[in-house]
Amino acid sequence: MNVIEMTAAQLSAAIRAGKTTAVEAAEAVLSQIEKEDKKYNCYVTVDRDGALAQAAAVQEKIEAGELTGPLAGVPVAVKDNICTEGLRTTCSSKILHNFVPTYTAEAVKNLQKAGAVILGKTNMDEFAMGSTTETSAYGPTKNPRNPEHVPGGSSGGSAAAVAAGECIYAIGSDTGGSIRQPASYCGVVGMKPTYGTVSRYGLIAYGSSLDQIGPLTRNVTDCAAVLEALASHDTKDSTSVSRDDTDFTAALTEDVKGMRIGIPNDYLGEGLDDEVRTVVLQAAEVLADRGAVVERFDLSLVEYAIPAYYTIAAAEASSNLERFDGIKYGYRTEEYAGLHNMYKKSRSEGFGEEVKRRIMLGSFVLSSGYYDAYYLKALKVKALIKKAFDEAFAKYDLILGPVAPTTAPKLGESLADPIQMYLGDIYTIAVNLAGLPGISVPCGQDSNGLPIGLQLIGDCFQEKKLIRAAYTYEQWRLCKGTE
Amino acid sequence: MSKQYETVIGLEVHVELATKTKIFCGCSTAFGAAPNTQTCPVCTGMPGSLPVLNKQVLEYAIAVGLATNCDITRYAKFDRKNYFYPDNPQNYQISQLYLPICRNGGVEIETDQGGKKIVGIHEIHMEEDAGKLIHDEWEDCSLVDYNRSGVPLIEIVSEPDMRSAGEVIAYLEKLRQVIQYLGASDCKLQEGSMRADVNLSVREVGAETFGTRTEMKNLNSFKAITRAIEGETERQIDLIEAGESVVQETRRWDDAKGESYAMRSKEDAQDYRYFPDPDLTPVSVSEDMLEEIRARQPEFRTEKMARYREEFDIPDYDIEIITGEKPLADLFEAAVALGAQPKKVSNWIMGETLRLMKEREVDASDLRFSPENLAKLISLTDTKQINSSVAKEVFEVMFAENVDPEQYVEEKGLKTVNDEGALKKTIEEVIAANPQSVEDYRNGKEKAIGFLVGQTMKAMKGKADPGAVNQMLRELL
Amino acid sequence: MANNISDETIEYVGILAKLELSDEEKEQAKSDMGRMLDYIDKLGELDTTDVEPMSHVFSVENVFREDVVTNGDERERLLSNAPQEKDGMFVVPRTFE
Ligand SMILES: [Mg+2]
Ligand SMILES: [Zn+2]
Repeated sequence: MNVIEMTAAQLSAAIRAGKTTAVEAAEAVLSQIEKEDKKYNCYVTVDRDGALAQAAAVQEKIEAGELTGPLAGVPVAVKDNICTEGLRTTCSSKILHNFVPTYTAEAVKNLQKAGAVILGKTNMDEFAMGSTTETSAYGPTKNPRNPEHVPGGSSGGSAAAVAAGECIYAIGSDTGGSIRQPASYCGVVGMKPTYGTVSRYGLIAYGSSLDQIGPLTRNVTDCAAVLEALASHDTKDSTSVSRDDTDFTAALTEDVKGMRIGIPNDYLGEGLDDEVRTVVLQAAEVLADRGAVVERFDLSLVEYAIPAYYTIAAAEASSNLERFDGIKYGYRTEEYAGLHNMYKKSRSEGFGEEVKRRIMLGSFVLSSGYYDAYYLKALKVKALIKKAFDEAFAKYDLILGPVAPTTAPKLGESLADPIQMYLGDIYTIAVNLAGLPGISVPCGQDSNGLPIGLQLIGDCFQEKKLIRAAYTYEQWRLCKGTE
Repeated sequence: MSKQYETVIGLEVHVELATKTKIFCGCSTAFGAAPNTQTCPVCTGMPGSLPVLNKQVLEYAIAVGLATNCDITRYAKFDRKNYFYPDNPQNYQISQLYLPICRNGGVEIETDQGGKKIVGIHEIHMEEDAGKLIHDEWEDCSLVDYNRSGVPLIEIVSEPDMRSAGEVIAYLEKLRQVIQYLGASDCKLQEGSMRADVNLSVREVGAETFGTRTEMKNLNSFKAITRAIEGETERQIDLIEAGESVVQETRRWDDAKGESYAMRSKEDAQDYRYFPDPDLTPVSVSEDMLEEIRARQPEFRTEKMARYREEFDIPDYDIEIITGEKPLADLFEAAVALGAQPKKVSNWIMGETLRLMKEREVDASDLRFSPENLAKLISLTDTKQINSSVAKEVFEVMFAENVDPEQYVEEKGLKTVNDEGALKKTIEEVIAANPQSVEDYRNGKEKAIGFLVGQTMKAMKGKADPGAVNQMLRELL
Repeated sequence: MANNISDETIEYVGILAKLELSDEEKEQAKSDMGRMLDYIDKLGELDTTDVEPMSHVFSVENVFREDVVTNGDERERLLSNAPQEKDGMFVVPRTFE
């Protein structure tokens, strides 16, 4: 089996068994990048020398028996909004085109401890604001399943890199669906953990109360292993949660007997593509066949999640992105007259359109006279949405539904109408507002051969239930033999 | 001026807390380091960095709140105040607006007329300090140093309860005293560890509503505050008398010119878009935490004064002065604990210490000499090893550089000569050299003996005990 | 469009957000923001009387650090990304009048 088709579990086992080495694995993936990335543009920065040096160091540790886990020696791609010391991190924005972090994000450090080999930084929607990876200042990423289509976003580079064999697994960030939706579009597994499970220290913030780092992998087994490595209680992140149930690989069992699964009627309504609906409901059938109790219910408030989300995310973003001012790092305009002109020109030239749109909206909803009507109102609606989920999880172990209303759209089709694009996040966004974990697992494809993802949503800290159900479904699909 | 006006003043006082580290990161707060050497990703606004609250900041803030009779907010939060300025690396300041840690307090001050009044405290909130901007004359640009960025502050916001510069100073003195007693800050106006912004309006005496207020910044001494208040009161009255209206604005005081100017810019919208900081979790103050802090509260001035009256036989006036500044009280108590007689310690503080502090513009918190050395000096005089004028001389050196008086006296050979033979010899010489004075003394002019003592002291280079000289002179005459 | 964003509002938001827009961009921003606000106005359909605004999802409280110095001198690293530096400091357009 070719290295670039392996899962992390398979590759690390092969390295441990001496069938290949971490260096050979890195070389194989790097040459795949060299061969394919001109076509897909998954990466903003590839760190060839760094990756090979890391691989050699990790190989020694594996041989010395110091690294024995499922990620040891396995090459990983890191989304370009996660800081890596000495390795350029741009958020796919011109304003950070030359930014080299002086420290490494806690999540990446955790992967390094597990023996990860970092290949480079993946393309994304600028500052994670977008659903297609077309707002990147470094050009759009293309969907490896069909390069005329977008890979989804904002973690589109990460999802596409996994799908194209340009890494074995990747990490991304999910603020409103930014891991799950590209995973769905590219036919890979993607998971957004419970808020607070993975440290945000070193993740360049978009919407701080919503952002969470998570894995994009070839299968559920890798997803559990990567999440297990990523999760930690970090004293540098005040919102980090201390939990003692992060042995996620222990949940890789085929067992959904008696599991109560609810499908929100609101997730099957208007706007949902028929092919997507059919495939997702078939997946629900499979889980029912394996012993889960599956029923429909009304979740309510679904249509309020998007306006609440865009208010909160834009407000937080407008403040989070104030630090990009041309003084301490990043882009500074060439010519300016005085301080405020320098600020304005640097920011206007450095940020792309979608980012400016959200910064302006965010500044407005927080401004004097509008705070109560917009921002505070959105926080109240968030409380109601959280309550609706609490009620649902009193009845169900998991919620099941589609990830996105359609399969991946064609390049250039989405950006024309921002609100239409925002509507595409309808099934993923509420999960972030309520801090819940959610997973996207491939469950089929449409008539054009574009992948469709199944979304499972759990109550806070119930990742293990998600992994169990996703694993059970995935095993069925593997046995059945995929289409 | 035909009408009678009243000045209405409220204060926003920023106090830098005496923590070892910054409010949200583990960088040192020590003063005077080279630019940007006390910085990290958090306090320089590096992308991806996150704040974590220093517990000591919360405890100091609560302690100050308790000492100023505030309600402690049991569920407090941090908010972001958004504005662009280069000294603020994130372009937002983490502060508290919606749920500040302390509210509804007040302190008692003495009014100009000698009565008492309460100045209300609207709230006390925790926040981070900004960095320092330095103007580069050569390149016509400014330079930014983030060493002070993230140093913890509490901002004490008073009610508009003060009516004169005198009351403002009394209020500030009171705050300073309480905070110094708590050890929460050294409260130095000159060094900026205590900064007062003055909100001031005027209205006709008897008016029900307040006039339009201005906010005055950059006041670095009590003198500057007094001048600024007088200047601004006059400016506002002049405007009103001329039929113009006062503009609500922030003004910067220029102490050298003795005037203020508006800090206006069309780029400053003064719309801070406060919202809860999503990176920080709420602070929940438990009964236990409150009890713990309460139990640690020190003996405050009133209690200390009562105890001094009880324990030490020193005048009320001395007690008032010494307890007025915590460092003086600490010095006093430490020296007494080392065995020095309270009255003598008090004399040294009330006399030479205060004199030199005033002369050399030294704050009580900047006193250099140790209580050990003061006790030693007192012991040297008690045992007549040095006389009082030598003692004063030694004290001056101690005041400047905290020398060990025993060593110093030894090295400089300042000890009183107790060798009777040598003294007798000198006196005989003085008598021989001053026949007129000897004559005068014998004729009953008591004053002449003083002159002869002086001459002897001079001949002994001050190293004699004047009492002993006096006695021997009389004997020999 | 129910929300008509005026030139003044866009100008004001530009000052708050420190963005300078061309006339064309301003027109686009007015229309985009108006449409977004129309959309957000949907929240007004919900009765939120007596609902506590929720900024944090869980009740994580009292996360503190001890007052212990943990950082050393990082000046060189700090300044490594600076567009302009002098004497160990960041250079900015003059801020004093
Ligand atoms: Mg303040
Ligand atoms: Zn720091």
